[in-house]
Amino acid sequence: MSVLVNRDTRLLVQGMGKHGTFHAIGCRDYGTNVVGGVTPGKGGTTVEGFPLFDTVQQAVDKTGANASVVFVPPAGAADAILEAADAGIPVVVAITEGIPTLDMVKVWARIKDSKTRLIGPNCPGIISPGEKCKIGIMPGHIHMGGPVGVVSRSGTLTYEAVAQLTALGIGQTTCIGIGGDPIIGTNHTDALTLFNQDPATEAIVMIGEIGGSAEEEAADYVKLCVKKPVVGFIAGQTAPPGRRMGHAGAIIAGGKGTAAEKMKAMAAAGIRVVQSPADLGTAVKELLKKK
Amino acid sequence: MKIHEYQGKAVLAQYGVPVPKGKVAYTVDEAVEAGKGLGFPVVVKAQIHAGGRGKGGGVKLAKSLAECEAIAKAMLGMTLKTHQTGPDGRVVRRLLIEQGVDLSGAKEMYLAILVDRASGRSVFMASAQGGMDIEEVAAKDPGAILKETVDPVVGFRPYQARKLAFGLGLPPDVVNKTVPFMLSLYRAFEGTDASLVEINPFLITRAGDVLALDAKINFDDNALFRHPDLVELRDLDEEEKLEVEASKFSLNYIKLEGGTVGCMVNGAGLAMATMDIIKLAGGAPANFLDVGGGANADQIKNAFRILLADPDVKGVLINIFGGILRCDVLAEGVIAAVRDLSVKVPVVVRMKGNNEDKGKAMLEESGLNFDTADGMSEAAEKIVRAAGGAR
Repeated sequence: MSVLVNRDTRLLVQGMGKHGTFHAIGCRDYGTNVVGGVTPGKGGTTVEGFPLFDTVQQAVDKTGANASVVFVPPAGAADAILEAADAGIPVVVAITEGIPTLDMVKVWARIKDSKTRLIGPNCPGIISPGEKCKIGIMPGHIHMGGPVGVVSRSGTLTYEAVAQLTALGIGQTTCIGIGGDPIIGTNHTDALTLFNQDPATEAIVMIGEIGGSAEEEAADYVKLCVKKPVVGFIAGQTAPPGRRMGHAGAIIAGGKGTAAEKMKAMAAAGIRVVQSPADLGTAVKELLKKK
Repeated sequence: MKIHEYQGKAVLAQYGVPVPKGKVAYTVDEAVEAGKGLGFPVVVKAQIHAGGRGKGGGVKLAKSLAECEAIAKAMLGMTLKTHQTGPDGRVVRRLLIEQGVDLSGAKEMYLAILVDRASGRSVFMASAQGGMDIEEVAAKDPGAILKETVDPVVGFRPYQARKLAFGLGLPPDVVNKTVPFMLSLYRAFEGTDASLVEINPFLITRAGDVLALDAKINFDDNALFRHPDLVELRDLDEEEKLEVEASKFSLNYIKLEGGTVGCMVNGAGLAMATMDIIKLAGGAPANFLDVGGGANADQIKNAFRILLADPDVKGVLINIFGGILRCDVLAEGVIAAVRDLSVKVPVVVRMKGNNEDKGKAMLEESGLNFDTADGMSEAAEKIVRAAGGAR
C-alpha cells in the first residue's frame, strides 16, 4: 500500500537530456513503469528504449501516462509543469532546482484548483518501495516496503532518515520529498493528510526546515486530525537569521520561521520531536512498539 | 541578490516611480561635483547592503559645499556598524549624494511587495507608520499593516491600490498620486523578478507630492538568468570573500561566527542537520557548506581549500550521503585534497550510501590522518573532541 504512486503508475519523463535520461533509467531499474519521454523535436525516436514524444498531450494519448517527472532546466520548467497539467496528468513531480519564484506563482494559480497534484519543485521526488515505484533521483536501494510514511523538505536528509529506518528493519509506505522552495505544490499538511487517510501507514516521519510556517500549520493539522504517531525534526537549529541556507525557502526572515518556534508548535501538537537527526529511526521504533 | 539604495532608486525610476534626484560618488571629488550639480542642501548617504544606516552615522545633511566635502571625506572608507552589519561593520566605498527633501509637515509611510509563501501569491503591504522598523510595527499592532494579495492572472489592480491608499487615511488628491506610484512599484517588482521591494519611508510632502525616500530591492537569484542588466549591479565588496569564491565552484558556503568545526556536506537539509548535531555534541559549526548532489573530485578539493582558508577552523567534518555521488569517488577526492593541500587539522569522514565500504577502505589505506564514523552522532562527537570543542 502507498499514497499517490504505486504499481499502476505509468510515468512520463519530461526533459530527456543527459540528466533526465540517467534518472529515467534509474526509475525503470527500480521497477517503475516508465512509458516514455518528452523532448520537443525528438518525437518518434527512442532513447535507451524509451519512446520520445514532442508534446505531453501526444505522449498521454499514446501511452496512457498518469504521472510525469520534470527534469527540464529552470527557464522552461514552469512551462513543462503547465503542459503536464494541461494534459490532465494527475501527479507531476518537479525535480528541477532554481525555478524563478514568480514563475511558480503563476503555475500555482493555474494548478491549485485543478486535478493535478504537483510535488516539488526542487525536490528528490516520491517513492513507494513496497509497490516498486520510484519517481525521482533518490537512491532506491536504501528504501524498503513497510508501515512508515515519510515527508520532508530536504533531499539527502530524507535519505539519512530512510536509511536509519531501513537499518532498524522498519520499511516505508511512501516517502515524499516536497522540496525546499518557497512555493511548492504539496506541503507538509497535504502529505500528512494523505498518510493519515492511508490505512497501510501506521506512523509518520516529518522533516522540516527553518523558514516559512508550513510546519506550524502541519502541527495544527496533526493536533486536530492525526491519531497515528508522528516523529518530527527541524533542520537549522543553529542557522543564523537573514541568511538563506541553500534552499530558497530556508531562511529566517523578520524573526519568523526559526527551528525553536517550529519544534515548540510540533511538540505541543503531540509530535515526538527529536533534537538530533540521528535519533529519527529509534524514535519511530519506540512509537511503533508502543502501539 | 541585494543591491545598493542608489541602484534600487535608478531601477525604480525606470519604471516611473518618483525618487529624489541623486548621484553616486566613489570619491570626495565626485561627491563635491554631485553636490554642485544638485544644489544645497544635499543628503550624503553611505551605500552599504544593510539597514539602520542613519542611526550608525551613515546619513548626514550637508548645507554647503564645504560641509558636503567634509562629510564625504569622513564617510568614505569609514567602517559603518548597524544592527544589520554584525559586529565587524562594513567599509563604506560608495556614497549617494541626494537632493535634500523638505521634511517639515511631511508624512512618512511604508510600502512593500513580497511573495507570501502561505498563499503562493505576491502581497502588497502598506502602513501609515513608516520610517520605523516594520517588524516592530507588525509585532505591536498587526492591524496597522494593510495587505492586498495579487492575483497573478490580472496583476495588481488600481482598485487594490485605492483600497490601500484610502486605508492609509490619505486625502483624495494624494490618493490620486499614490495609486500610480503603487502601480509603478508593482510593475518594477514583477519586471525585475524581485523577491522584495520595500519603500521605507514612502514620503508624502507637505505639498502632497509622493516620493520614495529610501528603496530596498532584493532580486530572486533563480531569475537572474533573464536579467543580465541586473546582474551587473552586484557588488562583490559587500559579500563575504569566501562565499564569493565558493559560488564560483557551485558550492554553497556560509561562514558562521564563533565556530571551530568546518563542515562539508551534500544537500542543504543535511548540511543544516550536521551543523545542529555538532552543536548537540558540544561544539560549534564554523560554516554551512553544501557541495550539491553530484559533487566531483575537483569540487571537493575547492571546498577543502575554502574551508581551510578560514582561520577559525580547527577540524573538518565531512558528512556525505552518497545517493548519486558514489562514496569511492568522494574518498578519492578527499584523499587528493588532503594530500595536495597538506591539510593539518583533524578530519573526520562519515559517508553512507553507494560503495560505502570501498570508500572507507580507500581512506584507511591512504595512510593519511583520517578518522571515520558510521553514524552522524559518532562523527560529530569525534570531530568536536578533535577540534577542542567550542571556542
